[in-house]
Amino acid sequence: MSSHLKDLDYSVLQQCMHCGMCLPTCPTYDATKLERHSPRGRIALMRSIADGQLEATEAFGDEMYYCLGCLACTTACPAGVDYAHLFEMARAECERSGKLKSVKRDVIRATLIKGFFMHPHWMRLLGRVIWLYEVTGVQWLIRTLKLTKLVPQRYQDLEAQTPEVKAKFSNQLIAPIETPKTTKYRVGLLTGCVQDLFYSDINRDTVDVLLAHGCEVFTPPVQYCCGSLHGHNGELDAAAELARKQLDMFDVFKLDAIITNAGGCGSHLKHYDRLLEHDPVYAERAKIWSHKMKDIHEWLVEIGLRAPKGQQPAQIVTYHESCHLAHGQQITQQPRAMLRSIPGLKLVELPESNWCCGSAGVYNITQPDMSAQLLARKMQHIAGTQSPIVATANPGCFLQLVNGARKYGITIQVVAPISLLARAFRHESCN
Amino acid sequence: MDLQTLRQIVGNENVLTQKEDLIVYSYDGTAAQDHQLPLAVVFARTTSEVSAIVKLCAAENLPLVTRGSGTGLSGGSMPPAGALVLCLTKMDQILEVDSRNLTLLCEAGAITQTVAARAEQAGLFYPPDPGSGKISTIGGNVAENSGGLRGLKYGVTRNYVMGMEVVLADGSVIWLGNKCVKDVAGYSMKDVFIGSEGTLGIITKVLLKLIPKPAARKTLLAVYDRMESAAETVSAIIAAQIIPCTLEFLDRVTIGCVEGYAKIGLPLDAEAILLMETDGHTAAVEEEAAAMEALARKNGARSVQVAQSVEESNKLAAARRTAFSALARVSPTTILEDATVPRSELAKMVRRIQEIAKQYDLKIGTFGHMGDGNLHPTFLTNEKNHVEMARVEKAMVEIFDYAVELGGTITGEHGVGIAKKPFLAKALGDGSIALFRSLKQSLDPKGILNPGKIFDAA
Repeated sequence: MSSHLKDLDYSVLQQCMHCGMCLPTCPTYDATKLERHSPRGRIALMRSIADGQLEATEAFGDEMYYCLGCLACTTACPAGVDYAHLFEMARAECERSGKLKSVKRDVIRATLIKGFFMHPHWMRLLGRVIWLYEVTGVQWLIRTLKLTKLVPQRYQDLEAQTPEVKAKFSNQLIAPIETPKTTKYRVGLLTGCVQDLFYSDINRDTVDVLLAHGCEVFTPPVQYCCGSLHGHNGELDAAAELARKQLDMFDVFKLDAIITNAGGCGSHLKHYDRLLEHDPVYAERAKIWSHKMKDIHEWLVEIGLRAPKGQQPAQIVTYHESCHLAHGQQITQQPRAMLRSIPGLKLVELPESNWCCGSAGVYNITQPDMSAQLLARKMQHIAGTQSPIVATANPGCFLQLVNGARKYGITIQVVAPISLLARAFRHESCN
Repeated sequence: MDLQTLRQIVGNENVLTQKEDLIVYSYDGTAAQDHQLPLAVVFARTTSEVSAIVKLCAAENLPLVTRGSGTGLSGGSMPPAGALVLCLTKMDQILEVDSRNLTLLCEAGAITQTVAARAEQAGLFYPPDPGSGKISTIGGNVAENSGGLRGLKYGVTRNYVMGMEVVLADGSVIWLGNKCVKDVAGYSMKDVFIGSEGTLGIITKVLLKLIPKPAARKTLLAVYDRMESAAETVSAIIAAQIIPCTLEFLDRVTIGCVEGYAKIGLPLDAEAILLMETDGHTAAVEEEAAAMEALARKNGARSVQVAQSVEESNKLAAARRTAFSALARVSPTTILEDATVPRSELAKMVRRIQEIAKQYDLKIGTFGHMGDGNLHPTFLTNEKNHVEMARVEKAMVEIFDYAVELGGTITGEHGVGIAKKPFLAKALGDGSIALFRSLKQSLDPKGILNPGKIFDAA
C-alpha cells in the first residue's frame, strides 16, 4: 500500500537535523516538556514511518492531531525544514491508515469537511440559519431558559461560542467589480468562507482600502473555501479540488495580484503550485497564482502604503499575530507598519504576540483543553497591555479572542488591522 | 529491568515505554548516526529520585544515559540499545540568586537562557552562550563543558562552575565546591565531573558564578581579501592588549551561503569576514573600538564598518548570526565539526580545510571563533549518498590530524561522545586513555553510567 510519507521526497524529512531549536517555540512541548509533543519528535516519528520502522499507529495519529500546526517551529528552524508540508502529509497518512476512525469522527468530517466546506451555497444557508437563531430570539430564549443544560458540558461550551453571523454576506456588500478614481492595479479579492459569514464587514473594509490605493477590485460573488481546512486535515484530494475551483474564478493572467485578508488562508493559498504540481491542466496557472497571491498587508506595503491624512482620533491598539501570517508567511512587519501609519494610533507591543492563541483551525473544537490553556495565556498578556483594542488578521484568531474576552470578562474590542485603516480613510473624508 | 519499581519511584506518568516515545529519545543534535531504541525513558523530579533510579540500575547492571534537552553535537546523550534514559528536564528550577556572593544555584534541568535571564534581572551576567542556549540545560552544558561565542574574553562553562551536587554510580549523593572564591581543601573533584559527559556521575544541581554586567558594547565588521589578513588583525588586536568579547569569522563558502539565504549585501568575492565586539566601561569601549578599527585597516581589511546604534550592531552581527542557518539549508545533511587550534595557527588551518574540501570534492563552509581558535568546518552533504559520505569520513580524518599536528584538538566545545571517539586515542595518546579508564573504573566500577561514550571499556 502506498504511503504519503514514504512517497515524499526524503530530503524534506532529512532536512531536520534534530538540533532542538524548535522546542522552546512549540506550544505543546512548552506545556508538556515531552519530546513526542515537539516538532523535532514529530518529524522523527514521520521519518520512522518513511523508513518503515514504524506504522502509522493510533498514537502517531493522536500526536499529529495534537500538533496545532501553528508553524512557530518553521520560524525557529535554522535548517529551513518545510514543516507545513510534512504536517499535511503526516495527517493525510493518518487518514489513509484509518487508525483514528470512529463513527462520530466520520460523521463530523463528512458533514463539515466534505459537506459544508465544499459547497459555498450550503455554507451561506447554514450561516442564515445561525443568523435566524441569533436574531429571532431563539438563542436568547434557549439561553434564558437555560435549555443548553440539557446537553453535555462540551456542547454547552460550544453553544456559548456561537459567533455572531452578519446580516449581509460579502456579495451583498461588495459589487463584482469596483473601480477607483484612477486605476493603478487590478486585483482579485478572496472573501473566504468563515470570513464571508462572520466578518463580511472586514471584506468590505479591505475593498475600501484597496480602492484608496488605486486598485480595481474583482470580487466573485460566490466563492469556494480555499481548502486550507482540508489540506490541514489530511484531505488532500478535496483540497486540490477546491484549489482548482479557486483558479477557475479568477483570470490570473490579467490580474496584478489576488488578495486574501485571512492569515490562515493565505498560508495555504500560496502553496497551490505544490498542491497542483502534477495536475496536467492547472499546474501552470497554479504557479502564477502562487506568485501573485498576496496577503493584504504584504500587498499594501509592496505597492506603497498610503497613510491616512488629517486629524484622527487617538487610540491605543495591541497586535496579536496570526500564526499562519507570522510563521506561515513570515509577514510580521507589514501589519505593524499599517497600524503605525494611522495618525493618532499608538501601537503597544503584545508580549508573545506570535504565540498561538489556541484557535488553530478547528483545534479549539478537537483539542479543547490545550486550546483553553493557550487562550488563557493569550488573554492574560492582552489584559496586561491595558489596550482597549486588539488587532488581528485571521478569522480563527478573531473568534478565539472574542470568546476569550467574554470568558475572562475582559472589555476589549477585537478588530482587523485593515478595518482600522479603512475607518481612518473614512474619517479622512469626513474631515 | 523492573519497570514496576521504576514507576513506584517516579509515578506512572514519568516512565515512558511506548515505541513512539522511545524513538524520540533515541537521538540528540548529532548528524549521521545510527539510532537505537532505549528500554524506557524516565523523568526524575528530585535528587532523591535520581539516586533511587541509579541504585536500581546498579542493582540490575543496567546502562543509564542521562540527558537534558538533547541538543548535544557528539552523540553524548544517545542511548545504546536497551539502556534506560534518564531525562532531567523536569528538574528545571532556579533555586537562588545570591547578589552578595555573585552566585546562582539551579537544578540541572534549568534552561541556559533562563539562567542568563535571571542573572540579568539581578543586574548580573552569565557569559557562556552555547548556540543551543535557548533550550540546552545547564546540566548538559556542565557535562559537556560547553563553549560559545564569548570564549576568548570570558572563558567557557568550566570557568563559571563553583559547585555541584552529584549522584554517584552507587546512588550516593555528594556536594562538591562552595561559594568561596578560594578553596584548596582536597582534590578539586568538581573539575573531574565538568566535561565528563555523564560517564562518571549525574549532576543534579549546579552553583554558578556570575559577574557584573558590562555597561556598553560596540560592534565592528571587517571584510578581507585574504584569510591571513583577518588572522593578522586578530593577532594585532591581542598584541595591543585588547581582549574583545567577540572575534568571529566566516570563510568564503560561508559568506556565499549567507548572502544566498539572507541577502544582506555581503561581498561574494571576499575571502573572510570578521565580526568584532568589545564590551565593558563606556569610555574604554569607545577607545578599544577605535583602536580595533585602525588595526583592521592597517592589517589589510578591504572595509570596516563600525555600528553607531544597537540596530546597526544587530545588522552587522546578522552575517554571523545566520551563518549556521544559511549553511544548514544547502543540503539534507549538515555535519558541524569543531576542530580547534591555537589561534596563531588559525589561518593555516582554514586554508588546509579549503584544500581538503577541494581534494575530496566536498562542500565545506568554515566559520567560528577566531579569538580562541575554535573553528566550525561544516560539511554540507547527504548521508544517503554513501559514496560522498566515505569521502566525508576521509576528509574528517585529515582535518583532525592536521589540527592535532598544529598543536590543537579534535573538539573545542562539542565533546567526544560517540562521534569523536575514533579520533581520541590518536589525539591524546594511550597514556591519557589509560588514565581515563582507571578514573572511570574507580568512580563507576560496574560501568553503568553512559557506557561506550568518550572511549570504550578496556
